[in-house]
Amino acid sequence: MTTNTTARRARRAGARQAASGYMFVAPFMMVFVAMLVLPLLYAAYLSLFKEQLVGGTTFAGLDNYRRALTDDQLVEGVVRVATFFVLQVPVMLGLALFFALALDSGVLRLSRLFRLGFFVPYAVPSVVATLMWGYLYGPDFGPFAQLADKLGFGAPKFLGDGLMLGSLANVVTWEFTGYNMIILYAALRAIPAELYEAAAVDGAGAWRTAWSVKIPAIRSALMLTLIFSVIGSFQLFNEPNLLQRLAPNVIDSSYTPNLYAYSLAFTSQELNYAAAVSFLLGLVIVVVSYAFLLVGNRRRTS
Amino acid sequence: MQPQRRAVIRWLALGVAATLGLAACGGGDDEGSGQAAASVSQADIDKAMQTPTELTFWTWVPQIEKEVALFEKKYPAIKVKVVNAGQGEPQYTKLRTALKAGSGAPDVVQIEYQYVPTFTITDSLLDLRPYGAEALESQFVDWTWQQVTGRNGEVWAVPQDTGPMGMLYRQDIFDKYGIAPPKTWDEFAAAARKLHTADPDVYITNLASNQNGVWMGLLWQAGARPFTSTAPDHVGVSVNDETSKKLATYWSGLAKEGVISTDPDFTDQWYQALNKGKYATWLTAAWGPVFLSTSAKDTSGKWRAAPLPQWTAGDNKSGNWGGSTSAVIKTTKNPIAAAKFAEFLNTDPESTKLFATEQFLFPPTKALLSDPTFTGQKPAFYGGQTVNELFAGISDTVSTDFTWPPFLDQAVNDWDETVGKSLADKGDTSAALDQWQSRITTYAKNQGFTVG
Repeated sequence: MTTNTTARRARRAGARQAASGYMFVAPFMMVFVAMLVLPLLYAAYLSLFKEQLVGGTTFAGLDNYRRALTDDQLVEGVVRVATFFVLQVPVMLGLALFFALALDSGVLRLSRLFRLGFFVPYAVPSVVATLMWGYLYGPDFGPFAQLADKLGFGAPKFLGDGLMLGSLANVVTWEFTGYNMIILYAALRAIPAELYEAAAVDGAGAWRTAWSVKIPAIRSALMLTLIFSVIGSFQLFNEPNLLQRLAPNVIDSSYTPNLYAYSLAFTSQELNYAAAVSFLLGLVIVVVSYAFLLVGNRRRTS
Repeated sequence: MQPQRRAVIRWLALGVAATLGLAACGGGDDEGSGQAAASVSQADIDKAMQTPTELTFWTWVPQIEKEVALFEKKYPAIKVKVVNAGQGEPQYTKLRTALKAGSGAPDVVQIEYQYVPTFTITDSLLDLRPYGAEALESQFVDWTWQQVTGRNGEVWAVPQDTGPMGMLYRQDIFDKYGIAPPKTWDEFAAAARKLHTADPDVYITNLASNQNGVWMGLLWQAGARPFTSTAPDHVGVSVNDETSKKLATYWSGLAKEGVISTDPDFTDQWYQALNKGKYATWLTAAWGPVFLSTSAKDTSGKWRAAPLPQWTAGDNKSGNWGGSTSAVIKTTKNPIAAAKFAEFLNTDPESTKLFATEQFLFPPTKALLSDPTFTGQKPAFYGGQTVNELFAGISDTVSTDFTWPPFLDQAVNDWDETVGKSLADKGDTSAALDQWQSRITTYAKNQGFTVG
């Protein structure tokens, strides 16, 4: 009897607790469902149709997906952003880690000023940043071109076919190194002082401490920045979209998958196909991110 | 960094509308009957013009409130709300979204000539014939009226301004190297070589590799008919015919020789090049002279204007680049007031004169093109040359048989990535034309058109 009442009471308390839990997450869930889940489901639904200028809308099943998988423009775009990721992300995260360690080490004077300085580019809207770099890259009248001209050698074609990906990588690195640095720096500050004391007792120097204590301790923060970078790289849009105006023949409408989806939706009026392309891109991002997580976690457990 | 989520939301908005719109579109194509709806009687018009009404007008003409005020003064019951929804493409994107959503579309909208078929294929424009628009024909230059007229005589819009093409050139540069303004394309090519050899920093012109409008204007001049249509669901595509190939061979030849430049236009780089004398000519439209005088102030007095060089000596032909119309959106609740507003704006003598003198739009009306106060202007930027008079003459030499495809954005996008790219890369423009042809054909078929 007693046990029975207690159990019932506990159950009731549990239910009450669960209810209040749901109440707490309700506002978030409502927005989440209305603004993310429903649109996603709707886009998935849209991607199953085909709308033509002549003939209207018809059910297309998986035709859009089939078309996307054999669409050279899409595949080239995905390969391009993957190349971008491989080129740009190690440099950016390497720099971010280096700056974060430098700030954390306390060796730098005026560290507050540096911290702010590194972070300022992130505060500049990416549109402004790209326009600024676009001007700097100018082939005839940009400062680099002018300087090269004064020194008597040909200016590198920053906006040409060969260097464009590098030029974009430079803009993105400039923009986001500070942001990643702040995340890593915050993680470094959270490392317990005992570890440093232990390292000092073991006779580790500054470099050794950084390599063997600090970096392993902020592995999860590094993983976070890496995942952000995967998403950022594969969704590259603003920067190529703006530089397109300066180099329309280098950056075409399918330069990156996101640019392609945008162009399909608003230039080609192929909304349904654009939805399918976006879904596939989303899938690629999930797969790549998950692969990194898997590799990262395995290394930690081993 | 999050275009994805925003795009999805936008799709949601469009998608809901698309399904709603589906039911409405079930009736099928009502084009092709050739019969105008019954005319609206004068009594109905008078009544509508005295009923308090608010019209929404999307346009990117700056300070158009002056012209709108004239209309509101004449018809005090009607208020016009002017909205700048972006210039060109951004506005069309918003317009399409509003049309699909079924609400938020304006009553009257500025549409460039080349986009009229793109909006009639979706049945978005109101035929203005029932509102007396046919009577306006005689006021407009022939080719401008042809541009707004549909296959079966529908009047889809009223011309607002135009851009017959001519050549602006730097007289000082030509004088310095002893070059006479070329009258034929052969002379132009010879001058290109002479000029660039004499000064490697100067090119006779810049054929912008991102400017489909100029290419189409030059095709127009050469007598090509790249796009035709015999029925609503038919599109004829011949962008790689003999005339186009002639154009391609000519221009890619000059680009490969390196005697013309192919920089993208309307960029910082391009403005600076104009100011610094990198280009000795600008092949441009009638709106170009005023535009240039405000964007290349440093070069005032050095420029002159001439007709485009000709393919055959002694010919006198040109094409058009740019210019706009006022069209009425079919979903308007006040078709009479909207149609009359579009008419007033572009035919009232005071309003059209303001367009020409305040906003410097190049007029499509015969009255203004022969008005001495317009043609007699002698801008100092062109050394006192009567530039308007010259372009008024050119306007008469634009042929009336050039038509646009019903999916202009796609055609232009494909041009950029094939023909434009080949010009920029000094590649094989002739092969690029074939690619352009095949890409447009594929797209058109995919969209359900009969192609051929």
